[in-house]
Order: sequence, then C-alpha cells, then structure tokens
Amino acid sequence: MLEMKNVTKVFNPGTVNEKLALNKFSLTLEDGEFVTVIGGNGAGKSTMMNAIAGVWTVDSGQILIDGVNVTNLPEHKRAKFLGRVFQDPMTGTASTMGIEENLALAKRRGRKRFLGSGINRKEREEYKELLKILGLGLEERLTTKVGLLSGGQRQALTLLMATLQKPKLLLLDEHTAALDPKTAAKVLETTEYIVNRDQLTTLMITHNMKDAITHGNRLIMLMDGKIILDIKGEEKKKLTVEDLLHKFEEASGEEFASDKAILG
Amino acid sequence: MNILNLLNAMPGAVAQGLIWGITAIGIYITYRILDIADLTVDGSLCTGGAVCIMMMLSGHNVFVAMVAATLAGMVTGLVTGLFHTFMGIPAILAGILSQLGLYSVNLKIMGKANQAINVDKYSLLVSLRYIKGVAFYKNPIFVVTLTIVILVLILYWFFGTELGCALRATGCNGNMARAQGINTKHSKVLGLMLSNGLVGLSGALLAQYQGFSDVNMGRGAIVIGLAAVIIGEAVFGRVFKNFGFKLIGVALGSILYYIVLQTVIWLGIDTDLLKLLSALVVAVFLAIPYWQDEYFSQTLQKMMGGKDNA
Repeated sequence: MLEMKNVTKVFNPGTVNEKLALNKFSLTLEDGEFVTVIGGNGAGKSTMMNAIAGVWTVDSGQILIDGVNVTNLPEHKRAKFLGRVFQDPMTGTASTMGIEENLALAKRRGRKRFLGSGINRKEREEYKELLKILGLGLEERLTTKVGLLSGGQRQALTLLMATLQKPKLLLLDEHTAALDPKTAAKVLETTEYIVNRDQLTTLMITHNMKDAITHGNRLIMLMDGKIILDIKGEEKKKLTVEDLLHKFEEASGEEFASDKAILG
Repeated sequence: MNILNLLNAMPGAVAQGLIWGITAIGIYITYRILDIADLTVDGSLCTGGAVCIMMMLSGHNVFVAMVAATLAGMVTGLVTGLFHTFMGIPAILAGILSQLGLYSVNLKIMGKANQAINVDKYSLLVSLRYIKGVAFYKNPIFVVTLTIVILVLILYWFFGTELGCALRATGCNGNMARAQGINTKHSKVLGLMLSNGLVGLSGALLAQYQGFSDVNMGRGAIVIGLAAVIIGEAVFGRVFKNFGFKLIGVALGSILYYIVLQTVIWLGIDTDLLKLLSALVVAVFLAIPYWQDEYFSQTLQKMMGGKDNA
C-alpha cells in the first residue's frame, strides 16, 4: 500500500541548523496494516508523515502509494489517497465553517470542485448517522461552527473527515497528544473502531508506549531518521513496555530517556 | 453651518457610499474570507473607471463598458494572485507591486491623467446629476442598491458551492484545505480575481457618477473599503449573522462612512485632512479587537478574582 524507498530529507542545508531528518528511510506497508510509530523528539516521525503527505518535496528517494509514484505530486493532489489527523486540533478543521460544511469538504476530497452545491440534503442525513458513532452529540449540532468545539470534539470530527472517503492510507500524527487522558482514550477508541470497520492501512505516531503496544498489528521505532525497530505479528502481540525499553537499548545503545514516553 | 446644506448633501453621500460599498464587498472577500490584505484595489478601482470611460467614449454601450471594466479588474487580481502564488511574493507586497504597476497601466488606458465624460452626450447608468428630479429608477441610489442586491445574491450562491466552500476553507485554514485536496493557490487567485472584479465594477460606477475617471481616484480605496467592512461589522454584526446579510452590512457600513464624512465636511474641517482622518479612524477600529484581547480580558480576569474561567 505504501512504499518509501531510500527517502532522504535535510532541513536547513548548509547552515548551522542543518538537520538530517530522514536518512535513506525505507518502509513498506502491506494492505490493512495498522502500524504504531514511536521514537524520541527529532527522531523523524513527523517528518516521515509530512514526506508521505507531500508538505514539501523530499531531497531523494521515492514514495509510492498504492503503486502510484507520488514523489513529485503536490500536497493537494496526494490528498485523494490520504486521510490525515494532526497533533494540533486546530489544524484539521476549518473553524469558521460549520460541522456539516467541514464534513462536506472532506467528502469532496479527491474530486474536482466546480459550481455544484457545497452540501446537499442527502449528505446531511448521512453525516448525522456518521456523527452518532462519535457519541458526542454532534449530530444535533450540524450547523455549529467548528471553532466552538473542544479540542477532543475537533479531533474526533477530523478523524471522521479523514475516513469519510475511505483513504488508501490513514496518517495519525500524535492525534491524541494535545488532549486530556480521558478524551484521548475516547478518540483512540473511535480510531480503533473506524480502522477495524474499514480495514484501513494506518500509520499512527504516538508518544505513549502503552498505546503503541495495545493498538495496531505492527510497531516501528525511529531514531535519527531511520527505523531501528520493526516488530509485527505474534511478537507484537506479546510485547510489553519492558521488552520495548530493552529492545530500544539494544538497538540504539542508549537508555530511553523520556519518562513521558514510559509513563504516558 | 446650515443643517439644510447637510441634508441636501445626504442623498449624494448615500449614493457614493453605495458605490464604494461594492468595493467594500470586494475587500471583504479578500480581507475577511481569504485573510489577505489586498492593496491591488487602489489601482484596480481606477482601472475599472478608466476602462469604462474609455470604452464609452469610443462608442460602446454602458453595459458592455461595465462588463469590460469588471473583467479588467479581474485581470489585475489575476496578476496579484500570480505574483503571490506562482512567484512566492508575500500577499501584501504582491498587491503593492500590482498597484504601482497599475498606475502606469491606467495612464496608458486613459492617455492622460483624467478623462471626463459628458452626461448629456452619453447615456450613463449613474450620475450625480440624477440624484434629484429624475424618475426613481434612474436615481443612482436605486440603481446601485439594485446592483448590490443582485451581486450579494450571486455571491451568496457562489460561496455555497463546492468552489466557494473551497475558497472559504483556504482562507480559514490552508493546511486543512490542502489535506482535503484543495489547491489553495488556485483558491487564492480566484478570490483575488473575484474581489478585484467587484472593485473594477465599483470604479466603473464611480467614474460615471462623478463624470470622469482620474488616475488618483483609487488612492486609499483599501482604507475606505476596510473602514466600511469594520463599521459594517461593528454596527450590524450582532444583527446580521447570515453571510448574505453580512455583505449587506458591509455596504451599509460604507454608506455610514460617507454620511460621517459628509458631516465632518459640513462641520467645516479642512478637506486636506480627510485622508488622515480616515486612516486614523480605521487604525483605531482595527486596534479595538486587539485591545479587547490584550487589556480588556486582563481587567476581566482581575475582576473575576483571577479565576481562570473567562
């Protein structure tokens, strides 16, 4: 479903801030894989996501989604393959537009937009049904401006928007990091539900090792722009936080430094 | 200081306010919807006026001339849009570049700094001569009001379409728009064209109304337009929530601006100072939301005893 071959990205080349964010990075995802991604700050997790999404072009290497070479496609043209949820709840939705208008924008992802109606009655009914899944009562507030919603509500809505048109690949960039624990758990639960329901190929970055272990069927750990751990299948199912820390030390030769990642 | 003089001047002020209201609606599209302060308008207003007058002087029908003026305005928006998106120039600078370039273009269109048109020889749609003593349907207030109503209906429809929604999303949140497959560069160019098309039309009406187009007629148009947007929102913002009514509110804001302006003139202020006054008034109005955030909410928090529930 996704193939990244020797992707390299350097930020601020030729300056003191030069940073090799992705170092001949390669990753292949099979159809239906739900991969959790962990790694310290600056490991290249978000850079990997942005490379796939096309926020900027990579310096070298190739990216294929569903067999299509997207390496040189601009961000908006890759959007038809991708569903994206961002870390900042503000990023995923248009705050001055209504809930239904945001959903309608997502519904038209990957289609040509002309002078057809921005939203029609049939869609409204569909959105009402979909919003019920979230269990937040948003189905009664279709015309409410998204700017009036809480961070958790916005993330749940963004998740729905990302999966409204079944994406080839769902990208979740620490989408629960900015939420309080209870809301984060709720959004994760919804994520799990939708991913299972639609059998979505998913990449989920998280800072929380426990979440990384309990969710998904494959786990990768990044360091210095490379994958240093790749665990799947039975091995992933039996994985514990201690195992993961141990494996991290083996793979990197360092102790895992972030309490936040362990305690979450 | 005869109050009758002021009252006599009012219909003219309302008519001018309405004509500038179309410019203000154009500015609303860039400033409020796209979140771009587009300075092209200082040039494109005159471009619209110049094209309209020259077309009419060369014997074209007034409506053909106005369509041409609107299209000319849209081209100026296209140029600014390409400066911004294709050449990567910051939006505000892109507008300034267009505006400067348009000064020469406008001079070339007119062949000299101003061109007059005689209301007795040409059938103009609006003129200050029609303010009094003509059938109501020839009165500029009626004609321009009708024009605005039609424009608002078209814009209301357009911003409900897929394309219009894409444009709104672009202005609100570019990251989100791109993630939903919207080409934000196209949206911005489209919005700038739409806006400057309206400004060109407004310039065409203004030139007819005053009986001439002048290379300096657009100077400060952005400020007058912003003033109208801000006044309209401040006065009618609580009443008009619907998008269409918001645009009407902007046009009404423009009328208020001209009524205030006319009153200030009547009070006997040196007219050389008018632009300074406009600039200061707009500066203060732009500052109000900032001041509210910066100072008022702090006062409020103190009043609430430092509780974090504001």
